[in-house]
Amino acid sequence: MVQSDMDDTLKELGAHVKEALPDAVAEVIVAYGELTLVASASEVVKLLTFLRDDPSCRFVSFIDICGVDWPRREKRFDVVYHLLSPTLNARVRVRVETDETTPVASATGVFAGALWFEREAFDMYGILFSGHPELRRLLTDYGFDGYPLRKDFPTTGFVEVRYDDERKRVVYEPVKLAQEFRNFDFLSPWEGPEYVLPGDEKATAPKAG
Amino acid sequence: MNAPGKIDPAVRNFQINFGPQHPAAHGVLRLILELDGEIVERVDPHIGLLHRGTEKLIEAKTYLQAVPYFDRLDYVAPMNQEHAFCLAVERLLDIEVPRRGQLIRVLYSEIGRILSHMLNVTTQALDVGALTPPLWGFEEREKLMVFYERASGSRMHAAYFRPGGVHQDLPRQLVEDILAWTRTFPAFMDDLEGLLTDNRIFKQRNVDIGIVSLEDAFAWGFSGVMVRGSGAAWDLRRSQPYECYDEMEFDIPIGKNCDNYDRYCIRMEEMRQSAEIMRQCCERLLREPGPVSAVDNKIVPPKRGEMKRSMEALIHHFKLYTEGFHVPAGEVYAAVEAPKGEFGVYLVADGTNKPYRCKIRAPGFAHLQAMDFLCRGYMLADISAILGSLDIVFGEVDR
Repeated sequence: MVQSDMDDTLKELGAHVKEALPDAVAEVIVAYGELTLVASASEVVKLLTFLRDDPSCRFVSFIDICGVDWPRREKRFDVVYHLLSPTLNARVRVRVETDETTPVASATGVFAGALWFEREAFDMYGILFSGHPELRRLLTDYGFDGYPLRKDFPTTGFVEVRYDDERKRVVYEPVKLAQEFRNFDFLSPWEGPEYVLPGDEKATAPKAG
Repeated sequence: MNAPGKIDPAVRNFQINFGPQHPAAHGVLRLILELDGEIVERVDPHIGLLHRGTEKLIEAKTYLQAVPYFDRLDYVAPMNQEHAFCLAVERLLDIEVPRRGQLIRVLYSEIGRILSHMLNVTTQALDVGALTPPLWGFEEREKLMVFYERASGSRMHAAYFRPGGVHQDLPRQLVEDILAWTRTFPAFMDDLEGLLTDNRIFKQRNVDIGIVSLEDAFAWGFSGVMVRGSGAAWDLRRSQPYECYDEMEFDIPIGKNCDNYDRYCIRMEEMRQSAEIMRQCCERLLREPGPVSAVDNKIVPPKRGEMKRSMEALIHHFKLYTEGFHVPAGEVYAAVEAPKGEFGVYLVADGTNKPYRCKIRAPGFAHLQAMDFLCRGYMLADISAILGSLDIVFGEVDR
C-alpha cells in the first residue's frame, strides 16, 4: 500500500521532469521503489541543473557518479548519477550512455562534489568528461596503465610489484600466478545441458509412412 | 632560491608533503600543501595507497562471498557496511527480514556507530594535543569489540549480517551483558565530556574552524554528521527508515555554527542516543524470541543441526556454498546511515549468482575531496583538526 503510493509520487515526478525537458529525458522507469531517468548524454548537464533548481524537485544533495561497463553494447558505458532531495525525501537516478571516445559533459559546474567521482569513473573505466578541471587518475598507482573496472581487464591485472634487493628499489614485473586463476561460473549444471538418451528421439519423431 | 632583494626571504612560499605516514593523516593519506607562511593556499590530496579493487573483486564473487569485503571498507564500523549491501540484495530478492533479525541488526549497527564515533572523537582530540581521551576511549571500544566477537566470532571482520538476516542468534547472556553495558555507558560519557567539552585548548583548536554552509555541504555530497553539523535535521534512520528504526525512540542532534566543535558535540550526543537505541533493542530482544533470518531455504543456508538430519538441508547447504543464490536482474541503490554519513551500495544484477556491478558509495570519499575547499585560508595546524573532524577512514575512501 505504502509502496504503491510512493511509486505513484515518483511516477508523477518523472512525468513532470519529462514534460519540462522532453529532449533530455528519453524514458522514465520506476522499479524497486526507485526512479530512473534515462537521459541523452548531450543534455545531461541541463537535466541535472533542472533537477537541482526546479522548485518541485530540489535535488540539491549530490550522492554519486559511477560507470557501468556493458562491453557487448555499441555504446559500452553507462554513466549513472544519483541525487537526493532532502525536501521531497526522494532519490533519483539519471543514466546516460557513452563510449570510449565520446566525452560526457562534466557535472562539476552543477555539483562541486562531482570532482572526484568523475575522476574515479575516468580512472576505472576511461570514461571522458569534457569541462572537468583536472581529469587525472585518482585511485590507481602513479603511472598505472589500463582501466581496471572494464570487463575485459583481468582481475589479476597485468603487472605485479616486488622489492628488488639488488637494485634497491621496487620493480614492476608481469604477473606470474603460482596456480591458474580459478573462476567458476557455477551456472547450474542441473539446468544447463540436455542429456539426450539414444532412442528418445523416436518418441517425438513424426511417424514414417 | 630567489634573487636577493627581489622578494623578502622571510615570506617564501612552501610546498610540503603531509603524510602518507603522518599519524594525524588517519591512515595513508598524502596531502600536498602549498603554504604562504603558515596560511594554506592549496591542498591536493593523493589517495589510493590502500586501493584494493574491492568493486572488481566483488564482481568475481557470489553474493554471499561479497559480504566480508564490506568489513574491510570502514574497518572501525564493519557491520554498518555489510548492512547496506544486505539491504540492496534483499530488495532485489524481495525478502523480508524477521523482526528479531532486524532488532539484532539495529543493535549491532548502533554498536558500530559508537565504535566509530569513539575512535573519531578521541583521535581528533589527539590530533589537537590531548593524549588521555584515546586511552580512555579505546578501553570502552574494546568492550564493544568483545560484543562483536561474542556474536560473530571476530572482533572486527564479522561477516555477521547476511542477505536474509543475521548469521546466528545471540545467546541470552550476551543480550543481558550488552544491556548492562548501556547502563554504565552514560557515566563514561560524562567523564569523557569532562575532559574535552569545556577544555580551553580543545575549544581554541576547534571552535570556528572548518566552517561549511549547508548549501555547500549538500553540493559537495556531504552526509551524516557533516550536514547535521551545518543545521540540517537529516538522518536516514529517521527520514528513510530501514529495518525497525521507525519503532525506536531517539533524538537527532544538529549543530548551528557549522564548525569542528559542533560536529564534535553532535558525535558525543549521537553516542548517547545510540546507547539508548541499544537499550531498547536489548529489552525487546529479551522479550521477543523468533527466527533471526528469512526462512527461504533457497537463499538462507540451513543450520548445521538441520543438515545432520535432513537430506534436503544438506543439498541446499551444498548448493548455496558453491553456486550461491541467483538474484533477479535489476538495479537498486540502498543506503544506510553509517557513522560517517550515507553509505550506499549501487547494485546491478544480471540474473546470475554474481553481482554485475557493485558501486560502493563511501561517505569519507565525498568528505575528503572537499579538503581543498575546506582548508584554504586556514593555518597549517588547522589541517589536522579539520581532517580529524571529517572522520576519514582509508579503507572506505580507497576501497
